[in-house]
Amino acid sequence: MALARPTVEEIKASAARYPSKQSAIIPALWAAQHEQGYVTKEAMGEIAQILDLPPSLIEATASFYSMFLTKPEGRHDVVICVNAPCFLRGADEIVAYVEHQLGVRDGQTTKDGAITWHSTIECLGACGGAPMMQVDHRYEENLTPERIDAIFQRLRTEAPHDTKARGVAPGEGAARPSASATEPVRRKSPKRASH
Amino acid sequence: MGLKPLLTKDFHTENLVKLAVYEKTGGYAGFKQALGMQPDELVEMVKKSGLRGRGGAGFPTGNKWSFLPKGVYPRYLVCNADESEPGCFKDRYLMENSPHQVLEGILIASYAIGCNLAFIYIRGEYLPQHEALESAIDEARQAGYLGKNVLGKGYDIDVILHRGAGAYICGEETALLTSLEGYRGEPRLKPPFPAIKGLYGKPTVVNNVETVANLPHIVLNGADWFKSMGTPTGSGTRLWCMSGHVNRPGNYETENGTPIRELIEDLGGGVWKNRKLKAFQPGGASMMVLLPEHLDVGLDFDAIQKAGSLAGAGAMVVMDETTCMVDAARRYVKFFHHESCGKCTPCREGTFWMANLFDRFEAGEAKTTDVDLLLDIGYSIDGRSFCPLGDASTWFPRSVIKFFRDEFLEHVSEKGCPFKKSAQEAVA
Repeated sequence: MALARPTVEEIKASAARYPSKQSAIIPALWAAQHEQGYVTKEAMGEIAQILDLPPSLIEATASFYSMFLTKPEGRHDVVICVNAPCFLRGADEIVAYVEHQLGVRDGQTTKDGAITWHSTIECLGACGGAPMMQVDHRYEENLTPERIDAIFQRLRTEAPHDTKARGVAPGEGAARPSASATEPVRRKSPKRASH
Repeated sequence: MGLKPLLTKDFHTENLVKLAVYEKTGGYAGFKQALGMQPDELVEMVKKSGLRGRGGAGFPTGNKWSFLPKGVYPRYLVCNADESEPGCFKDRYLMENSPHQVLEGILIASYAIGCNLAFIYIRGEYLPQHEALESAIDEARQAGYLGKNVLGKGYDIDVILHRGAGAYICGEETALLTSLEGYRGEPRLKPPFPAIKGLYGKPTVVNNVETVANLPHIVLNGADWFKSMGTPTGSGTRLWCMSGHVNRPGNYETENGTPIRELIEDLGGGVWKNRKLKAFQPGGASMMVLLPEHLDVGLDFDAIQKAGSLAGAGAMVVMDETTCMVDAARRYVKFFHHESCGKCTPCREGTFWMANLFDRFEAGEAKTTDVDLLLDIGYSIDGRSFCPLGDASTWFPRSVIKFFRDEFLEHVSEKGCPFKKSAQEAVA
C-alpha cells in the first residue's frame, strides 16, 4: 500500500527543514506509522525513494527503535512499566491482573481486536504515579484493579481517537489485514521484546 | 530548608502553558534582557553562576559552552529531552507545566553560543509534552521570539522539535546526536567531544531540559543571586523525583544541600505503611544504593558522591524494609540488558550474563559462588565499555552486593526469594 499524498508531502517538508535529509528518517517513519498503523517494508522502500537514500539505511534505523511497529496491533495499545520504581509499588500484581482480565499474554491482542498489551522494562517516566500504564500514549497512573476495569471498559467500546499517538489513521479499524499481507512481516526489533 | 520553588514557582498558575500567561509571570523577560547583552557576557555570567548540568553528569554549563571553537559555524544547540533514566520524571514535569520556560532557556543558550538552529530531542513516549512544546514553539514564533531578526535585534533562531522513538541509549549525548542524524542511536567515541565535532560534524552543545530552564532566572536575577542558593559547588535548586515506598511520591524542588532526610521524611511524608527505611537510591537506575545512615547527606552532587553514590538525574527511589534488594537490582540489570545498544562487547555480553545470573537467584538456582561471579562480570564491564551505559549497569548491583550480600546468600540457601511473600502482602 503506497503512502498517501499528505504523508509523502509531510516527509518532503521535514527533509527540507533539516540540514541533512537523513535526519528526516525518524520523522518519516513516524509519518508512515501514523498513516498506516505500522511500518511496512514497502513504506520503508518508499521513504528511501522520497529521501533518495538506500532502503537498507531506513530499515537499519527503523529496527533500532522500539516504538516502530512492524505488524498490525489492536486498536489500543497498553504498556505496563515493570522497572524497579514501579515494581516497588506493585507493578507485578498489575501485570498479573491485566493478563487475567484480558485473557491474552504479554504482547498479544484481545480476540475482539481492541487491546494489545505489553509489559516493558523501559521506564516510562511516571515513577511518582506508580504503578502506571501507558494507554495510547496517555499515562494512567496510581492504578488499582477498579481503575483498570474502567479503562478497559472504555477501550473496548472506543475507536482509536488518539491517532498521532497510536499511529492509526482516523476512522481506520485496527488489526485489519494489511494490503501487503503477502509481504513477509519483518521480525520485530528485539528491543521491543518486553524483558 | 524545605521546598525552594524557582523553576516550579508559577506551576500553580492556570494556563501557564499559554504564552500570554507565561509572559505575565515574567516570561521571556530573561530572553529580552539576554538579547541586549553580548553573547560572551552571557557565557561568563552562566560560568560565574556555577550552574551545573542537570542531566546527570553535573558538568558546569558555562564551561561546556566555552569549549566551542572560535569562528566555526554553523554551531548547534540540542536540548536533551530524552529523559529515560528509571526513577526520573522531572523533565516531563517541566515540559508539560511550563513549555515556554524550557523554550526560553533554549533561546538564551542558543544566543549565548551563537547558534541559529536549535533542536529539542524529546523521547517518543512523551506525547503530551511534545504537544505542549509544539504549541509553545508556534506561539513563540507568532510573537516574534523565534524566527528571523528576533525582536528586531538582528538575531535569527529556529527550533526543531525532534521526536525519538524508544531507546534509552539516546539520552547519552553522542548517541542522541547519532540518532538525530537519522542513524541507529549508537554512541560515538569521545574525543572529539560534541563541542568540537557534534551534530553533522559541527560544534554542538547538548544541554538538559532542567539546565536550560534555569537560564531565564539567572539572566534576570544575576549570577550572584543564583550562587547565593545551594552549596559552594552546587548553586541553585534541583527537582528531585521521589518514588517507591514513600507516602507522597512526586517532584520536589529544593535548594541544593537540603538533607536527604528532609526530602524523604518531611516532603515525602516518610516511608509508607509505617515501615522502616531500608535503603534509597539517588540519581536514577545507574546510581549506587545508600543506607539510612546516609540520610543526613545533603542533596548535592559533591556530597552524594562523597557518600558513595551519585546525584545523577535527580531521582530518589525509596525502599522499605520489605524490599528484596536482589529483585530491585535484577530489574535494573534487565533494563540495562534490554537497552544495551549492542555496539560494544563488555556491555552487550556483560549485561546479558548479569541478567542471567540475577534470574538464577530469583529462581533459586544460584550457587553461593555466583555472588562473586556477578562482581567479576561487573568489574569486566565497568571502565571497559564504549559508553557510560555499560559502566552504569554495574554500579547499583555492585553496591547492593556490598551492603546486602546476605540477601543473595539467602536466595541460595532458601532456593528462591525470601521476600516474595511479604512483598505480595505489601501491595495487597
